Amino acid sequence: MTDLSRIRNFSIVAHIDHGKSTLADRLIQLTGTVAERDMKAQLLDAMDIERERGITIKANSVRIDYPAQDGQTYVLNLIDTPGHVDFAYEVSRSMRAVEGSLLVVDATQGVEAQTLANVYQAIDAGHEIVPVLNKIDLPAAEPARIREQIEDVIGIEAHDAIEISAKTGLGIPDVLEAIVQRLPAPKGDRDAPLKAMLVDSWYDSYLGVVVLIRVMDGVIRKGDTIRMMKTQATYKLDTLAVLKPAMTQIDELGPGEIGVFTASIKQVRDTRVGDTITHEKKQTATALPGFKPSVPVVFCGLFPVDANDFEDLRDAIEKLALNDASFTYEMETSAALGFGFRCGFLGLLHLEVVRDRLEREYDIDLITTAPSVVYRLHLKSGEVKELHNPADMPDLTLVSHIEEPRIKATIMVPDDYLGDVLKLCQDRRGIQADLTYAGTRPLVVYDLPLNEVVFDFYDRLKSVTKGYASFDYQLTGYREDNLVKMQILVNDEPVDALSMMVHRDRAEMRGRAMVEKLKDLIPRHMFKIPIQAAIGGKVIARETLSALRKDVTAKCYGGDATRKRKLLDKQKAGKKKMRQFGKVEIPQEAFISALKMDG
Amino acid sequence: MPEVTRFDEGGGFGLYLHWPFCQAKCPYCDFNSHVVSRIDQNRWADAYEAEIARAARETEGRVLRSMFFGGGTPSLMHPEVVDRAIAAARAAWPAANDIEITLEANPTSVEAERFRGYAAAGVNRVSVGLQSLRNDDLRRLGRLHSAEEARAAVAVARDVFPRVSFDLIYARQDQSVEDWREELAEALAMAADHLSLYQLTIEDGTAFGARAAAGGLRGLPDEDRAADLWEATQAACAAAGLPSYEVSNHAREGAESRHNLIYWRGGDWVGIGPGAHGRLTLDGRRIATETPLAPGEWLARVEEAGSGESLREEVSRENWLAELLMMGLRLREGIDLGRVEPLGAAALEGRIGGLEELGLLERVDGRLRTTVTGRPVLNAVLRELLT
Repeated sequence: MTDLSRIRNFSIVAHIDHGKSTLADRLIQLTGTVAERDMKAQLLDAMDIERERGITIKANSVRIDYPAQDGQTYVLNLIDTPGHVDFAYEVSRSMRAVEGSLLVVDATQGVEAQTLANVYQAIDAGHEIVPVLNKIDLPAAEPARIREQIEDVIGIEAHDAIEISAKTGLGIPDVLEAIVQRLPAPKGDRDAPLKAMLVDSWYDSYLGVVVLIRVMDGVIRKGDTIRMMKTQATYKLDTLAVLKPAMTQIDELGPGEIGVFTASIKQVRDTRVGDTITHEKKQTATALPGFKPSVPVVFCGLFPVDANDFEDLRDAIEKLALNDASFTYEMETSAALGFGFRCGFLGLLHLEVVRDRLEREYDIDLITTAPSVVYRLHLKSGEVKELHNPADMPDLTLVSHIEEPRIKATIMVPDDYLGDVLKLCQDRRGIQADLTYAGTRPLVVYDLPLNEVVFDFYDRLKSVTKGYASFDYQLTGYREDNLVKMQILVNDEPVDALSMMVHRDRAEMRGRAMVEKLKDLIPRHMFKIPIQAAIGGKVIARETLSALRKDVTAKCYGGDATRKRKLLDKQKAGKKKMRQFGKVEIPQEAFISALKMDG
Repeated sequence: MPEVTRFDEGGGFGLYLHWPFCQAKCPYCDFNSHVVSRIDQNRWADAYEAEIARAARETEGRVLRSMFFGGGTPSLMHPEVVDRAIAAARAAWPAANDIEITLEANPTSVEAERFRGYAAAGVNRVSVGLQSLRNDDLRRLGRLHSAEEARAAVAVARDVFPRVSFDLIYARQDQSVEDWREELAEALAMAADHLSLYQLTIEDGTAFGARAAAGGLRGLPDEDRAADLWEATQAACAAAGLPSYEVSNHAREGAESRHNLIYWRGGDWVGIGPGAHGRLTLDGRRIATETPLAPGEWLARVEEAGSGESLREEVSRENWLAELLMMGLRLREGIDLGRVEPLGAAALEGRIGGLEELGLLERVDGRLRTTVTGRPVLNAVLRELLT
């Protein structure tokens, strides 16, 4: 148990690649928290995907003992938070668990859109913020200009920003001192009933669910029986520990302290980020404010490329869900793609991370259908339904109107590409909300429909700005619009996996792009095949795939009979990879490519 | 099962001899051919004789309708070797009165000089590998002869042999329909009564295959141009009185290759030489034979083990039916439905009906055949029928 005055809890706010993980590594290293031989880059990012993509999905924590220049030893708790908008709620909870933030800005790049979103979260949480300018050792570093930019754009004092190079270790001792000197100590009442925040939880195959908590008031001890106030479930603590970052057992955690416990909890789903933990007997009167259940906003179908992998996919999804309560799944059947799952995610990055883990950790080749947002269908009966899958769209005559989710998108872009970005947003049915300058860099705020963003917005933005734009968004609400379900018909048969919800004004363009693409992807048959995009019964785009004209082996003599027959046997096996739509066989590859355009 | 043994009678009985050597390997060719510096021709003649005698033991009394010397480049064979093989075959089986003995030849002047020797040995039909009448294209196809040599060789052949055919390859790089019409008209003017016209096919394991895979070999026709070239070919040959009787073969009525008809009609043939395949109907069972591809290995087997065969297996009824359809539907005459019924053709009724509705197959007078639109897409028709 540590005296409140000698505890400092903090997080690090940074854009991807601005050096958050490297700085964390240096802090851990310099204080001797981890023996030199156990050091590896990005220590806190446990998963391969996190390490490779430089992103953090789960919150993590490390406790650092730091002997400061004032002769006292302080306990520094770093909570490493997910930096991405998909995990905005998780970020907000982590922020509430600490009192201060280091704002790390790349001194060669400056403030990015993502930095803004996260730093505002920190400001909202009432943090003291210490700006840190990283990569100061690079010739392109412009500390003076970036200081000014931080003051202009974020509106915080930056004259005493610390100049560091996380790579070389330059300035790291100054950061440690600033944490002690400039960040406030936590507050709390040791004698009050236990009140702790559930910051995050994860599944460990040896220990079961591990729960990361921040104690606000009271004391939690090994063996205590606790109650989760939201779920009302009670558990007896098996272990209590702090992370250094290896789990180190401890007898009790008092106010201001951060640690983990295990309590024979079976699945992560039983723990809710933001829930309040108290004692079963002596309960706190009020739960912590701001709890929100996590709600998926982007849905897509995940199907195994090889139908035989379905059971493996089910196993893998169940295992992943053990550790990720924010991801939902239910079985889905598609005529085009067979058996699979309709899955819900917090956002596009979350979708990609889950898909990558399924493919990589569980070695399953997947087909991902076009991501779809959640539409609100107002039926004439007065009923309101949520639509997760265009295939479930009811008969149009039953529908009064449809609402779609909108976002507030914040885009920072070099001046040279501003025009292209505005055009892109405009093309995607955006409404400009703001256009200001962060120093010399335009900062654009747009009100956009989420479904236009999940289409291929990231890719387009990257390509029109040659990768120089940074982008962030938050959901703002639902709005009615002229939305329709577009179907794709191949030889007059609807192909379920390719149907999508689109805005009426964009339907022709999207439909045309899809039928043209399919015309190239579907092999010619012995008859001509119409490929159409249609809304209800109305065809809005059409292409015709000509009949096969020439496919015959030129030479076939006595010695060729065996070879030719074996070739046919091979084709028989290949036919299993074809999906039959009426008389038309569509190779699975064609679906994968057609969906890629949308992905 | 007496109704099954009728098959070979429909197709007849022939002998194929493979000569595996070439002066140079052509970049499009995936046949079993080898380039070597020295060949012991006497040893090859001995081996052919030994294999003919062995094959005759299980096919005694069959009437030999044809012999075919294929390659490789059989016109590199010494006429003496050809003479000994023909003599051995005539001694082994009773020959039909109109026996057809074909030899494949390259149209270089050196080879043309041997033509009289082959004729004296008994060869009565020659198939000349012309490939093109354009020097640029001959070079691109890796051929060693010129268009002038080719014309001269055909002229010598027509002088020496009663029957002459030659091959051309079309659908070449950058070949327009108009260019091909002109070249084909020249060819038809030179032709006797038989022509083989092959669309260039890029095969894996050839120099062209490697070049195409590496993104080279530009200007090859796409499917639509290939189809236009095909249609132009059918029209020109029919107008010249040499309509197609098989996918790539054109002949005046009665001048069809009797040997190749054995393959397409599902007859029996003995395959001798490296990489040669054979099919025999013995006691109502269909037998497939194969020999090793490497010339040295084949010779050694013949000399040491007394048989060049490396594989002998029964063809299942299902595969037998597949082969009959694959081969027979290449012919304009199609196949006799009565001959495939005992092999379970009835199970294909639904598929055949569907292909008839699409206008790709037709049944006329108890025969099943491809239509004019069905033949150029035969691979797709076969996929529908057999997969």
